[in-house]
Amino acid sequence: MTRYALRVASVAAALGLWQLLTSLDVDLWLRFSQFPTVADVARAFADRLAGDDYWTDLTDSLTRIVTGFLLAAVLGVATGVLVARSRLAEDLLGPILEVVRPIPAIALVPVAILLFPSNEQGIVFITFTAAFFPVLVSTRHAVRALTPGWEEAVRTMGGGRWRILASVVLPGALPGIFGGLSVGIGVSWICVISAEMISGQYGVGYRTWQDYTVVDYPGVFVGMVTIGVLGWATSTAVELLGRRLTRWLPRTSYVPTGRARPKSPRPAAPAASSAVPTGPEPAEARDEHLV
Amino acid sequence: MSTSSETRETTRTDTDGATTDTSTTTATATAVRGTRLTLRAATLGRPDAAALADVDLDVPPGEILTVVGPSGCGKSTLLRTLAGLLPALTGSVEQDGRPIGGPAADRALVFQEDALLPWRSLLANVELPLAIQGAPRAERRKRAAAWLERVGLADRARQLPHRVSGGQRQRAQLARALAADPRAVLMDEPFGALDAQTRAGMQDLLVEVLHGTGATVVFVTHDVDEALFLGDRVALLGAGRLVAVRDVPRPRDRAAHDDPARVALRRDVLTSLSI
Repeated sequence: MTRYALRVASVAAALGLWQLLTSLDVDLWLRFSQFPTVADVARAFADRLAGDDYWTDLTDSLTRIVTGFLLAAVLGVATGVLVARSRLAEDLLGPILEVVRPIPAIALVPVAILLFPSNEQGIVFITFTAAFFPVLVSTRHAVRALTPGWEEAVRTMGGGRWRILASVVLPGALPGIFGGLSVGIGVSWICVISAEMISGQYGVGYRTWQDYTVVDYPGVFVGMVTIGVLGWATSTAVELLGRRLTRWLPRTSYVPTGRARPKSPRPAAPAASSAVPTGPEPAEARDEHLV
Repeated sequence: MSTSSETRETTRTDTDGATTDTSTTTATATAVRGTRLTLRAATLGRPDAAALADVDLDVPPGEILTVVGPSGCGKSTLLRTLAGLLPALTGSVEQDGRPIGGPAADRALVFQEDALLPWRSLLANVELPLAIQGAPRAERRKRAAAWLERVGLADRARQLPHRVSGGQRQRAQLARALAADPRAVLMDEPFGALDAQTRAGMQDLLVEVLHGTGATVVFVTHDVDEALFLGDRVALLGAGRLVAVRDVPRPRDRAAHDDPARVALRRDVLTSLSI
């Protein structure tokens, strides 16, 4: 409970500082005089929430990112498994993937404009490309790092390729795959917003850029806050899904009330779970949100 | 899965001729579960590094053959070849007279450790070979639960592997290997990672659960006493060769450890291994 109080206090303090600096028009090298105050932003936010456009922007952006991200998840995992498991696939696809990978997804805007008949598809394409490579690379590593004994065991039970894929490769690689998905959803947001700013019709990124061009600074901040909240919500969703699907991992086996403090007055959980280091886990999860 | 391997066996029998055909039919008709495993002038190992050369070995149906040798002498290679995971470099590897072309469900492999799928409960792990054979859900659950009970894990069935002890994991692995009614069980130092007391208990359990299955067993170990307790015969490996195969007097008899014939054999085995 105290931890939640701390978190709320931290956000409140940041907002308080912002309000203080802007309402006093502080100009100490950093200039806060032109900056909208928290109250301005809150008022603008309330206005937007009452209108239709805000919700259209929201659903448009969400549709784009969900479509692009799901495509990237499915194709990224499929390609990653293929490249890791088949030498032929590695030889055929490897060089192309390695050359395309370093190109920032947002630099593909011209390609998207040339290739796709509508802006909408172009934006989804860019979002897809952004998430595809992190998912591909982490899947490939996870599949290659599988314990060989698992596959041998299933083979000696008479299991064929598809059985090994379904019973060993996919479940075994899942923890690694979710690492890639967590990174991917973050990069996807960056790219969907940027693509909307460049070529969108509606969408949170488009709106934020519009507000900037008409010098509506509180509006810009509304857009930024919206992006932040949406990004946080979607990465949390990916994170929670990942934890749920990889509950078998020894390291996530601590009590579901979670993040048990080491100095908890309660008796420690059963030996097996308390022996697992709980310390690095929250930090790791947070790192992935940053990307 | 089982259907496809059966078709493969049938076609092979057809090409091999009538003699092997009869041996297969008698084996299945009389419900003798064991199978004959034969190596002839076989060189085993990876193409770039042969581990064992010129191996001639015949394991009759239902026999427990233990294999001892210093670490790195090719014990695991021998087992993997028999499992079908590793093709022989030269010579032939046969099951009931038919060459072994790949892994099959009737030759189960038990690993030293870490071979249970960590995301499946013990029950689901034991169910896996049955699922691969296409057993209906209710039936495979029942059979898997019965096997877990036989190895004394009934109350642990829903636990994940990392939540139980090493000995319990190996018992679950044993249940998984035997659940699918294999005709041969290949065991790769299955008790090697266990402490001495657990190990003795596991040996007794193994003898108990094998009783009545009639399965042929090839049991690799680096523990001479374990080899002499479990094996009808003991094969000695050393310096990249099969050194000798010796009959064990009074196998699986705990009271026989001070039997003069057993003591003499133990001394022989230790001497030949120390060269």
